[in-house]
Amino acid sequence: MKRITCLLISTLLILSSLLMLGGCGGSKSANVVRVYNWGDYIDEEVLDMFEEETGIKVIYDTFETNEEMYPKIAAGGVDYDVICPSDYMIEKLLANNLLLEINFENIPNLSYIQKSVMEMSKAFDPENKYSVPYTYGTLGIIYNTKIIKDEIDSWDALWNEAYSGEILMYNSPRDLFTAPLMRLGYSINTTDKQQLREAADMLLEQKPLLQRYVMDQIKDSLISESAAIAMAYSGEVLAIQEKNENLAYVIPKEGTNYFIDSWVIPTCAENKANAEAWINFLNRPDIAYKNFEYITYATPNTGAQELMDEELKDNPALFPSDEIVANCEVFHSLGDEGDQMYSDLWMEIKNASVK
Amino acid sequence: MNRKFLSFPYLIWMAGFTLIPLLLIFYYGLTDRAGGFTLDNVKAISSPECIQALLRSLKLSCISTVICLILAYPLAMILKHSKSRNSFIVFIFILPMWMNFLLRTMAWQVLLDKNGVINNILSFIGLPSLNMINTTSAIVFGMVYNFLPFMVLPMYNVLSKISDDTIEAAHDLGANAFQTFIKVILPLSVPGIVSGITMVFVPALTTFVISDILGGGMILLIGNVIEQEFTFSNNWNLGSGLSLVLMIFIIISMIMIAIFDKDGEGTVF
Repeated sequence: MKRITCLLISTLLILSSLLMLGGCGGSKSANVVRVYNWGDYIDEEVLDMFEEETGIKVIYDTFETNEEMYPKIAAGGVDYDVICPSDYMIEKLLANNLLLEINFENIPNLSYIQKSVMEMSKAFDPENKYSVPYTYGTLGIIYNTKIIKDEIDSWDALWNEAYSGEILMYNSPRDLFTAPLMRLGYSINTTDKQQLREAADMLLEQKPLLQRYVMDQIKDSLISESAAIAMAYSGEVLAIQEKNENLAYVIPKEGTNYFIDSWVIPTCAENKANAEAWINFLNRPDIAYKNFEYITYATPNTGAQELMDEELKDNPALFPSDEIVANCEVFHSLGDEGDQMYSDLWMEIKNASVK
Repeated sequence: MNRKFLSFPYLIWMAGFTLIPLLLIFYYGLTDRAGGFTLDNVKAISSPECIQALLRSLKLSCISTVICLILAYPLAMILKHSKSRNSFIVFIFILPMWMNFLLRTMAWQVLLDKNGVINNILSFIGLPSLNMINTTSAIVFGMVYNFLPFMVLPMYNVLSKISDDTIEAAHDLGANAFQTFIKVILPLSVPGIVSGITMVFVPALTTFVISDILGGGMILLIGNVIEQEFTFSNNWNLGSGLSLVLMIFIIISMIMIAIFDKDGEGTVF
C-alpha cells in the first residue's frame, strides 16, 4: 500500500513540474518590467537609472539568438513585458499573433526615431504598429588595409584567390548565403531551388579559399591580423576599429542585408504600461547615446546621433548612404521549409572536404 | 521503509533529468513537426552528408581514443609505481579539469592560431610557422587533450588495486618483467581500459564544440549536424532522430563495460 502511495506522490510531483513548464504561469508582481534582450546589448547602468527615475523595478534577462528566444515566448512559460528581437523574428512573432500593439501615446520620444529606419521597419511591421527600432545596421566586408592594398567594394573580394587563407565567413546559413545571393543578383529571401543551388555552388567553390567559418571570433581574428578579410555586421565595426585602426568597413555595391532590432511587447506581457515607459526611456537622446557608446551599434535615435563625434558621421558602419540602403534587403522569415532548404545546402557545404 | 524513503529525491532526480528528457528525445525523434509518427528522422542518417559526418566522427574519435590509450597506460603505470608522490602527480594531472572545458579549448585556439603563441615563438627562433589550426589534426588534438584524464583515472584506479603480492608471486614463479606484464598486469587492468575507452570514445564521438572551435567550422562532425538541426533549422524532430542513432553507439559501449567490467572496478567516480 505504501509503495502505491509513494508511486502516486511521485507521479503527481512529476506531472505538476511538467505543468509548471508550460502555460503562462508565474504570479502577478507589483511594479516591475521584465526585459528580455540580447546579451551585452545595453549599458547596464541604464537599468539602474530607469529604476531610479521611474520607480519601476527591472527584471533583466538575455538571449543569444532569436531562435533561442522564440520558443520561450511562443510557449508562454515566462511573462516578459518587452523583448528585442530582429526583423525576421518580429515578422514571425507577428504572424503567430504573439505581439501587442504599442500605445504610442506613452512613447513621446518616438519623434526622435529616424524616419528612414521606420520606413525600413515596414518590411516586417507594415503599419509601424508593433515595434520601435533600437539598433540597425548592415552586413558588409571588413578588411585590413595594411595587408590588402586593393580597393574593395564588392562581394567578389571574398572569392578573390589572392586572399586565399585570409578569408572568414559567418558560420550561420542566412548570413553566409547573403554574399553569393547578392553577388548573383538574387533576393536574400529567395526559396527558389535553382537560385539557392547556384549560390551553394558558389560557396562550395569558395570553401578552399577560406580560413574558416566563424561567429564571434571574427573580431579577435581581425584584430590580431590572423585573417585579413571577413564578412561582418556593422555593429561590430566600431569596437574592432578601436583595437586595430587598419581595418576598414565597406558595404558591397551589389547590396546586402539590412537589419533592425526593435523593441516589441509580447502578448503575455503583464505590465504593458511599464514596457512602454521602458521603450520611451531608452529613446531619450542621452540614454540612447549612452547605450550607443556601450554597444556601438548604429542607433536610429536622431537625438543620440547629434551627440556623436563629427568623425563618426562618415563611417558607413553607422551611417550607410541612401543609395546603398536602396540596394539592401531585410531578412524575412522563410518558414520551416525555407529554413530547412538553407540548412540542407549549408550542411552540404560544410561537409565538403577542404584538403 | 525509512531507507526507501531516503531514495525518494534520487528517484525524482532520475525521472526529471534522465527519464523524461530521454522520453522526450524518443518522442521528438519518432514524430514529424505536425506530431505524427514517422521514422524519417532516424532514416535521415543515411543521407550522404550524415553518413560522411558520422564516419568522420567515428574515425576521429577512434584515433583519439587510441592515442589516449597509448598515452594513458604508461602514465597510469608510472603513477602506480611512484607511491610516495602519486597523489601529487594525480592532482597536477586533474588540475586543468578545474577550468571550464570550453575555456581550455578556446585557449588552444589562441595557441594554435596562425598568428598565435606557438607560431610567434617559432618565428622568433627563426623556424617556419606551422599551419595547425582548422585541421583534422587540431580536432584530434583537442579531443585527446580534453578527454585524456578520463582515460588515465580509471586505469590508475584499476592498476593501483593490483596488489604488489600478486606481482611478486608472478616473479617467484619465474615470470620475467615482460611476462608479468602480459600475463598478470594487463589482464587485470582490462576493466579500467574498457571503462577508459568508452569514457573517451563517447564524448569524442558526439562533440560539436571542439570541431567548431579547433576545426574552424570547416570539418563537419555528426555532433555539428545535430546541433545545427536544433539551433538553426529549429527542427527538433530531425535532431532527436539523429541523436537516437548516436545512442546506438553509446549503448554498444555500455554493453562492453558490462561484459568486461563486471565488478565496476574501472569506474572513476
